[in-house]
Amino acid sequence: MTNSTILLRYERPSALSFIGYALGLALIAWCLAGAGFSVEKMVTAPPRFADFLDRAFPPNMDPKTLNRLGWKMIETLQIAVAGAVIGVILSIPVALLAARGLIAGVWVNQIVRNILSFIRAVPDIAWALVFVVAVGLGPFAGMLAIAIDTVGFCGRFFADDMEGTDKGPAESLTATGARKLDVVACATIPAAMPAFISTGLFALEKAVRSSTILGLVGAGGIGIELKVGFDLFDYPTAMTVILMIAVVVVALEQLSGWARNKIIGEQR
Amino acid sequence: MYALCTRTLATHSSTVSSVTNVIEKEVAPARPLQTGGVFLPVSSVDLEARNVGKVFGENPIFSDVSFRLARGEAVALVGANGTGKSTLLRCLMGLIPASDGQVILLGEDTSNARDKAMRALRARVGLVSQKHNLVPRLSVLSNVIHGLLGRKPGIRHWCHTFAPAASREAAMQALEKVGLADFASRRADRLSGGQSQRVAIARAIVGNPEILIADEPCASLDPSAGDDVMELFFRLAREQGVTVVFTSHNVEHALRYGDRVLGLADGALKLDATAASLNAQHLRGLYD
Repeated sequence: MTNSTILLRYERPSALSFIGYALGLALIAWCLAGAGFSVEKMVTAPPRFADFLDRAFPPNMDPKTLNRLGWKMIETLQIAVAGAVIGVILSIPVALLAARGLIAGVWVNQIVRNILSFIRAVPDIAWALVFVVAVGLGPFAGMLAIAIDTVGFCGRFFADDMEGTDKGPAESLTATGARKLDVVACATIPAAMPAFISTGLFALEKAVRSSTILGLVGAGGIGIELKVGFDLFDYPTAMTVILMIAVVVVALEQLSGWARNKIIGEQR
Repeated sequence: MYALCTRTLATHSSTVSSVTNVIEKEVAPARPLQTGGVFLPVSSVDLEARNVGKVFGENPIFSDVSFRLARGEAVALVGANGTGKSTLLRCLMGLIPASDGQVILLGEDTSNARDKAMRALRARVGLVSQKHNLVPRLSVLSNVIHGLLGRKPGIRHWCHTFAPAASREAAMQALEKVGLADFASRRADRLSGGQSQRVAIARAIVGNPEILIADEPCASLDPSAGDDVMELFFRLAREQGVTVVFTSHNVEHALRYGDRVLGLADGALKLDATAASLNAQHLRGLYD
């Protein structure tokens, strides 16, 4: 086979493709400009960052401070776990209404999905502000913010998980004369359970990360300590808070990964 | 007495079949089925398709399919892939609506049946699918108890732990009949293919159905396990005197277990004859 024959088989990208690549690059450049990207600041940032680290280290290891921050961290986890658990439980009936072809009609599916999109579109910190206004300062507002954020996240994914299950068992139960609710409870939910567990654990990880900053707006948790630390230029205490958050979040991710493998891995 | 007579006729299904060795289209739908000089009353017809057709979008699957199934009769539905055998079975059970015609299931016109009435009808029919369709994460016993959901809906039949003692006992008896009572607590996804299909049969028979519908019940099994499952399925069906419709690509199974054979080809019912009057070569013609 000659080289010319091989070359004939090569299909040159069209001019439209090159225009597409150019437009993509232009979009990225436009976004960087909008984000205030500055090479000068990138160059001057490391010395400033080094200065911050110099003032933040060693972290504040005073036992009284650690005790106070420890209790705040526990409160943060309580907010996250309570909010995530309530959110996951509420997500199941919501997802049943959002999932197409299960128990509700197309209109109900669409309305519920739109509501879930709206919930997800509002950031958790904004929900915390709303609930601080509604129920006052403190961890309860944070828990409600986490719960509704979890419903927005899990409601959508649970619905997608149920829509994606094997339809065979559900059809076999429908053939026995079972009601739609019985079919969903006995065939669809058990089939989607591994995905529910995986999504629920992700929701818990997300809740813990979110709950660490809800304190910034007075919704309880360790975030308020971070804000006070920076406001008072008490960088060693702020660094202690940052390290505590990092340790807890990484530990939870490890625990969640282990639990996911243990529960789902064995049952696949 | 009348019921006893019709039941007796039903138990001699091969006799019934041998005299219904006719192309079904020659039998007017409303006319009683002729059975060796005796006219079988309409009440003894468990399932009737009248000019049934199905179209998916603009794609016609089959049309003008008509036949009647007498009580206790075993009918094999054969045909090449894509001829609509599984679709026809779904139409017969009302799982999908027929595009044309009527299906009379246990004396009720399914096209007019509302949801509740349709569920009540389905509760009198058992379905065994090609892929077994067990709920994999649940126990074998829970899967069999689910076969009672049509007659006994509600949370107590969602899981064997909450099920009433009578339902658990019925499910255990069904498992005993298929030889898997010792596997009641095992998870369904830890069974072999043959065992799974046996559990699916137990689920289908636990509610004492009047009709059993099986969609290629041994298609996913090796030949030996497939023969075992078919033998078991038809032994149970004959013990309980139920009407059976099954699809199969195995012509030997169709001739051995069917009293009558229906053949779908080119979007129409091309064959309706007793199994005794056919041989494997006749059926292979449907696949050409």
